[in-house]
Amino acid sequence: MRDRKFSITRMPGFATVAIAAFVLLYVPIVTMVIYSFNASDSVALWGGFSLRWYAIAWENEFVQQATIRSLVIAVSAALIASVLATLAALGTTRRPSFKGQTLIYVMINQPLMVPEIVTAVALLIFFAGIKVATGYTGLLYLIIAHAAFCVPFAYLPIRARLEGMDLTLERAAADLYATPFQTFRRVTLPLLAPGIAAGAMLSFVISLDDVIITEFVKSAGQDTLPTYMLGQLRRAVTPEVNAISTALLVLTVLLLTAFFLLTRKRD
Amino acid sequence: MAMPKHARDGWLLSIPALILLAFGAAGPLLIVFIYAFLEPGDFSGVVWNFTTEAWFRVFFERDIFDGTVSMADAHLTIFWRSVKLSLLTTLITFLIGFPMAWFIATQPPNRRPAWLFLITIPFWTNLLIRTFAILEVLRNQGLLNSFLLWLGVIDQPLQILYTDNAVLIGMAYVYLPLMVLPLFAAIDRFDFRLIEASYDLYASRWQVLRRIILPITRPGIVAGSILVFVPSLGAYVTPRILGGGKNMMVGNFIELQFGQGRNWPLGAALSMLLLVIVLVALLAYVRVTSGSERRDA
Amino acid sequence: MTQETAVEAIAAARHYGTGSTAVKALDEVSISIRKGEFFTLLGPSGCGKTTLLRLIAGFETPTSGQILLSGKDITHIPPNERRVNTVFQSYALFPHLTVARNIAFGLEMLGRPNAEIDNRVKEMLALVQMEQMAERKPAMLSGGQQQRVALARALAPAPEVLLLDEPLSALDLKLRKEMQLELKRLQTKTGITFVFVTHDQEEALTMSDRIGVMKSGKLLQVGGPRDIYNAPVNRFVADFIGETNFLKGQLANGQVTLATGETLPLPDATGSGEVTLAIRPEQIRIAPDGPITAKLKQTVYFGTDTHCHLALADGSEIVARLQSPPSGETGLQEGETLRIAPVQGAVQILQED
Repeated sequence: MRDRKFSITRMPGFATVAIAAFVLLYVPIVTMVIYSFNASDSVALWGGFSLRWYAIAWENEFVQQATIRSLVIAVSAALIASVLATLAALGTTRRPSFKGQTLIYVMINQPLMVPEIVTAVALLIFFAGIKVATGYTGLLYLIIAHAAFCVPFAYLPIRARLEGMDLTLERAAADLYATPFQTFRRVTLPLLAPGIAAGAMLSFVISLDDVIITEFVKSAGQDTLPTYMLGQLRRAVTPEVNAISTALLVLTVLLLTAFFLLTRKRD
Repeated sequence: MAMPKHARDGWLLSIPALILLAFGAAGPLLIVFIYAFLEPGDFSGVVWNFTTEAWFRVFFERDIFDGTVSMADAHLTIFWRSVKLSLLTTLITFLIGFPMAWFIATQPPNRRPAWLFLITIPFWTNLLIRTFAILEVLRNQGLLNSFLLWLGVIDQPLQILYTDNAVLIGMAYVYLPLMVLPLFAAIDRFDFRLIEASYDLYASRWQVLRRIILPITRPGIVAGSILVFVPSLGAYVTPRILGGGKNMMVGNFIELQFGQGRNWPLGAALSMLLLVIVLVALLAYVRVTSGSERRDA
Repeated sequence: MTQETAVEAIAAARHYGTGSTAVKALDEVSISIRKGEFFTLLGPSGCGKTTLLRLIAGFETPTSGQILLSGKDITHIPPNERRVNTVFQSYALFPHLTVARNIAFGLEMLGRPNAEIDNRVKEMLALVQMEQMAERKPAMLSGGQQQRVALARALAPAPEVLLLDEPLSALDLKLRKEMQLELKRLQTKTGITFVFVTHDQEEALTMSDRIGVMKSGKLLQVGGPRDIYNAPVNRFVADFIGETNFLKGQLANGQVTLATGETLPLPDATGSGEVTLAIRPEQIRIAPDGPITAKLKQTVYFGTDTHCHLALADGSEIVARLQSPPSGETGLQEGETLRIAPVQGAVQILQED
């Protein structure tokens, strides 16, 4: 409806800056993706199209193990974080405010407020002590650390979904003789499901991306994909790392698309 | 005094998450706080003797030979570089991010989700991957130098990588989406009829921007600035990769104390200092936004 | 009132979209609004009245045609360079500025000296009786108060023309009546040309010097409230403004033969052929020697008057509005057959739409 000749929303230069910024945002990413298909050993010279580096990465034992480790940690952390965040969201929304509620909010969002490097250092000290005391050096430390910083990311969409939910639906269920548990199981949970799925997906992506906390918490030989990639970096990015990055990028885009569709369709 | 039922249920439901966070995030911070007041161990770890030596060493240094005390210039340089680079990153991302957010928010409603999606992809893409990507562009044989050589602006490749500029460009690149999204949210809520009213009352475009749009979208501007400033200040990955170990920021310096430096109490004290700066920034943010909400309410 | 022209639209058209799907929001409308008058654009939603207002304000540019302000072509002048101010339907008060700063805004943009601005703001606050609220933020005001501030803000720069885009539609009935009087008072006091947009015919009749009735992007009729009410040019205008009974018939030799077969003498009528007659309900009387027979189907008591729903011989229905007698009882029985007559000179012969 807005006129082309005189547009009230037009600000001189804004569109130019915006378009240029979008281009600059994608040039490095697209370059990386293109060079991951480079046949030559060099990252700078184009030697023709090839899936060679994907094959090399695929057959690299370290990459395989790191991938499996990353997935195990991300899936576990996402599951734990979304279950605990769902409970906490049910506990902190749609009820009269109570004493200590602010404290709960602060605790849940705390990982967002503290610089990651500080959390990483704290976990290093804490888990180092436990490792010495118990002798256990398994993946559980990484899973706990990842689940903890995923909680706020899972909590946000679940809470938003809960707050947008029509309370009368649950009253109607109660009116139709459903017990509180049945109401939760048959009405609340199904309505909440997209929020929980969104929270779990965000948690998965966040966990998969983490470098700093993993780098500090991991025991020897517990590289995840990002820490493996960071370790491979010497003077420049190797084509193999380009290939892994591109694969991870594709995974992120796929998950994001699913997330968008999931949250848009139901609303 | 008995707790009301809704409060008791609220706590019971939240407790599992709180326990996880106590072990996996908040609790260990307390240990860092304690470690900042202990003596360093010989190789790593700490000796359980109370001392404020770590805090002293954050700001001052003692000459090994004659024991004279001077300012810890190296530490101050690193802190100053961190603050300076973070502020510049915030400024750059704002100057680029505001037009971007404005552009997205003023697109026709059917095209807006596509543009939003374009900004969301980098937002959720691994920080490490994006840093690798910008590293490739900034290299001596990288895209930027090739482009400048082709243009004829320079005849020698510029050494951009492993300088403060590389860290700055890299941080602006990786944190830009963090600025754009809250700005978009604020501009999207903005009532564009107010712009009509301003033009109707003889305001020029610049006056509309300065007197109406910027003040009203301020909560979004503050939110975006905090979202960029806080992770910039604690940045570790980007300065490590693009700064090449020489151009350290606080995050890398802290890591050093737990690795090669082997001074855990100093690392703990530095961490606490970083945390305090960030919390002060966050508190200022809460004050500013809740203040403006009260006025706009 | 002088006959000088304040605003003029010359064949102003505004299309949205292009080609065959284009919507003609405004279809070559020409109108001339006089200096110092209270002019109302009246019509149902989507008739183009707001579009015309936005063209005058400068928020949109006409697809074709011209807009003149005091005889000067302002078609391509941006809104911030037109000495025209708008009272927005949503008020559009700046939420971050106080009442006083809102009112000062236009003067500040015009670069007036501070002392002048302060005086003018005080004057405007007094004019709309909002002196006590000067330092409040808009969100702390009621709807009526926001309305007053919006008015004061638009009047402060003393525009040549004040545009009002359904400014009363968000208010409740009682407040609306108050503000109607208030607006009329302000207009008389300031002498500024008001162009008022509304879909409420009563609002238009009570406040305006002249009214322009619009429909589907076209201007149907322009005239004083009495002209519009008593001499509508077509069925739409007659129907949109007030209630009207329509009767079809054949005009010949100064009388109309109705569908019922009865004849109605209209000595002033010229021409012949099929016509539509419009008769206002309050212009119908019960008369034993009236030309038309009608059966009383229902009476509805409205206090000051009583509406009688009548069925004519051919089954068509009309409404007559009788003044209620002191007892409240008209003495008429439902089912009774009556003879009715229109008041002398009250029958309008309409063009077909």
